Amino acid sequence: MTTKQITPKPASGPRVERLSRVVVRFAGDSGDGMQITGDRFTATAAAIGNDLSTLPDFPAEIRAPAGTLPGVSAFQIHFSSEDISTPGDEPDVLVAMNPAALKVNIRDLKPNGWLIVNADAFGPKDLEKAGYETNPLEDHSLDAYRILPVEIEKLTKEALKETKLTAKEKERCKNFFALGLMYYLYNRPLDNTVTWLGRKFKDKPAFIEANTLALKAGYTFGEATEIFQVTYEVPPAKLPPGKYRNINGNSALSLGFVAAAQQAGLPLFLGSYPITPASDVLHELSGYKNFNVFTFQAEDEIAAAGAALGASFAGSLGICTTSGPGLALKSETIGLAVMAELPLVVVDIQRAGPSTGMPTKTEQADLLQALFGRHGESPVVVLAACTPADCFWMAFEAARLAITHMVPVILLSDGYLANGSDPWLLPKVSDLPRIVPGFRTDPQGFEPYMRDPATLARPWVRPGTPGMQHRIGGLEKWDGSGNVSYDPENHEHMVHVRAEKVARIAHDIAPLQVQGPQSGDLLVLGWGSTYGAITSAVADLAAEGIVVSQTHLRHMNPLPKNLGEVLHRFRRVLVPELNSGQLALLLRGRFLVDAISYSKVQGQPFKRREIMERIRKVLES
Amino acid sequence: MNHDDDGKDNGREQGTPNGGTAVQLTRKDFESDQEVRWCPGCGDYAILRAFHVMFAKLGIPREQIVVVSGIGCSSRLPYYVDTYGFHTIHGRAPAVATGIKVANPGLSVWIATGDGDGLSIGGNHLIHVLRRNVDVKIVLFNNRIYGLTKGQYSPTSEQGKKTKSTPFGSAENPFNPLSVALGAEATFVARTVDVFTQHLLAVLEAAAAHRGAAFVEVYQNCNIFNDGAFDFMRGKEVRDENTLDLQHGKPILFGKQLEKGLRLRGTGVEVVNVQETGLDDVLVHDAHAEDPTLAFLLSRLGPPELPTPIGILRSVERPVLDQSMHEQVNEVVARKGPGNLEALLHSGDTWTV
Repeated sequence: MTTKQITPKPASGPRVERLSRVVVRFAGDSGDGMQITGDRFTATAAAIGNDLSTLPDFPAEIRAPAGTLPGVSAFQIHFSSEDISTPGDEPDVLVAMNPAALKVNIRDLKPNGWLIVNADAFGPKDLEKAGYETNPLEDHSLDAYRILPVEIEKLTKEALKETKLTAKEKERCKNFFALGLMYYLYNRPLDNTVTWLGRKFKDKPAFIEANTLALKAGYTFGEATEIFQVTYEVPPAKLPPGKYRNINGNSALSLGFVAAAQQAGLPLFLGSYPITPASDVLHELSGYKNFNVFTFQAEDEIAAAGAALGASFAGSLGICTTSGPGLALKSETIGLAVMAELPLVVVDIQRAGPSTGMPTKTEQADLLQALFGRHGESPVVVLAACTPADCFWMAFEAARLAITHMVPVILLSDGYLANGSDPWLLPKVSDLPRIVPGFRTDPQGFEPYMRDPATLARPWVRPGTPGMQHRIGGLEKWDGSGNVSYDPENHEHMVHVRAEKVARIAHDIAPLQVQGPQSGDLLVLGWGSTYGAITSAVADLAAEGIVVSQTHLRHMNPLPKNLGEVLHRFRRVLVPELNSGQLALLLRGRFLVDAISYSKVQGQPFKRREIMERIRKVLES
Repeated sequence: MNHDDDGKDNGREQGTPNGGTAVQLTRKDFESDQEVRWCPGCGDYAILRAFHVMFAKLGIPREQIVVVSGIGCSSRLPYYVDTYGFHTIHGRAPAVATGIKVANPGLSVWIATGDGDGLSIGGNHLIHVLRRNVDVKIVLFNNRIYGLTKGQYSPTSEQGKKTKSTPFGSAENPFNPLSVALGAEATFVARTVDVFTQHLLAVLEAAAAHRGAAFVEVYQNCNIFNDGAFDFMRGKEVRDENTLDLQHGKPILFGKQLEKGLRLRGTGVEVVNVQETGLDDVLVHDAHAEDPTLAFLLSRLGPPELPTPIGILRSVERPVLDQSMHEQVNEVVARKGPGNLEALLHSGDTWTV
């Protein structure tokens, strides 16, 4: 391996233009390594100190035929010298490794955006697989873009001709050539990636050498050929000081639960059945056994919830992770947790439904299922994470509320948060709150359904505790003794107690904060993963002089206790959500507010621009 | 049943669960303060009593026992036992019990279920708890009818059975619970009968002593909706002729004077008169055989041609899920050290602003 300078500086060559934010999308066949390419570009942007947000888009099929439209895999990164909160609407640059990737992604590219294509992949067969009748590189259909065909494969092979790799192995390094070229375009250093290659292939020095050569070849190609009339730089962002790590929502959830269990001094028990896009949490937590984490891959969604509830009964923190169809199957168990008044956290990583729907696409259409999708009067706590990093905090919050209030909690995430990532300002463990389980070991005066006067939580008594044997279950309980009761007044009383217990949690959560004017014409109210799009839309409008207020819900039940008062301070309330208006329906029902629903149900997140346009439209009306 | 023959005595050598010392308790100590509410004459009373007696004989403190159930007449049992109890959801007791046992392997965990709860709505959980060999004891009250919902046919009702939901007779083929359990790789499979007091108790004790999932089918009379379902072998006058009381290591004999025996013929069995043929050809029961083939063959026996087997068909050792899960956690802790949360959160590519 060479030791010479690996951070070339543009001594001469094209002018350097300073930009505040850039969106790059790498797209190729699922075998082309686009996710790794995107990850590395992200790591370098992070190391430079940019704020960033990323979103992968991979095919649903395990191995779609190479070169076809269903096989296209893409990775988008938004990096900036400012505070940003979405992976960006349209890419400024699209790197397309084959015609299929071009066809699937070109509609998103900004007009006059850079389009870098792997010209070696545009033969007649490649075009046919992608469904092109004529070569788009020649038929002027791409004239709206700054198109740069580069013989990426040929140049990569040429750069690697001295290595001992097979032709196939050499060809597979072409993504690093593309990465090198992008590093040149944005004046990024290569050292972060070279160091990573050294770690990644520490037992395969030939691969370290080859990928490093390809990376540098891409960079040098950009420098030597001056194909770009201009290169760019994006200076570091002014993020709050501290240590950061780029994290996706599913990893953040996993760490949040580990942290909560540790802070509560409890073993963590995950019952889960594989389902997209939740399975990664099962994978990740199954690797944390030394944190006293027990993962149980159940025979079905129902058993996953049942086992988690059993573990909670026995004194562990029982959690399950699933997506919409799985939440439907768990609803009976959640009802039992309501009746048994035991802690249980169920994470629903929402996807586009109903039924199997579009499992790899995002949606927020399970809100009403989470709130009401059970038999009987069955109130549960419902939370919603708003950014990938927020998944850590909401997992922690879900566990805290479940444990301290002895209630089941449903935590909503979605496919966009699960796979998207953003920088996470790492907390110190010493700054995390402790969670104190209400274990009771004193048999004196004990009754299974006696209640804490403030929270109405019943005591948590672990089987094995002497002198406190008791029976719980799904049958209605006499308040206090917990004996089975069919008494009409007691049932109504218990329905109210269970509701009141959840309602009182409003005293244990932060009141809603409004960004911007505290009263006025328009409040944009979102929940869950739309936070990034709404926040950047509102900020960009403010930069244009159009000022509206914004607030965002993370606690869906109980709602923050000042929500009604906040709503009534504004003449109009706009509710953007990725469903047919579920929160808007709720706000109308609860607060008699004529909420304006802005609904999108396409399996895609909101674009910043879409929300800006809708706000403008509302203001004009 | 000769309990001495129950082989290796795989009882709890390490004493009582959670390391407690043996306690002296009586049947009365296990009676809860709840009024028992099954129909007068129900077979469940005898099974409940056997639970009380068996728990007292285990020498385990009451708080170390958890009885889990689903829904149905049998599933009311936890309310009537003064241990920890969880009356859960129809069919789901094995799932809940798995969570309890993994969370605290020191507990003695029992499941009371029925033919509808365990084999119909909860069939999936039953086969998987057996396959995984979670150390829970499953007692399936089989009365071949839905009792609590008042008289519909169950997955063990005979073909042609007339019930409320099959006025012209059931068109369905029933399950054989023992065959299901063996097919699900159960390590302990037994059958007993509600009124065979000593036999019932001995089988429950053997189940308690087994390390791993134990499956016990109890023929239980529902005197309201399916009275007399087991009269062909339950009464004193027919018991000797129509039951095969299986004992490990002993020839398989039946009849008033144990004058009849079973002999292999092809892939089945035939009855021989041992006074004529001697014992040489008579099958010897081996509950500990690794290969479940003979156990499965025995599970298929019954009326009209052959007596019904009772006792322990199979009792073998295999790794136990809850223990394996804890061993794995302990191994990882030993290898990596106890988890350091700060290090975990701050792992991966980090940068400082």
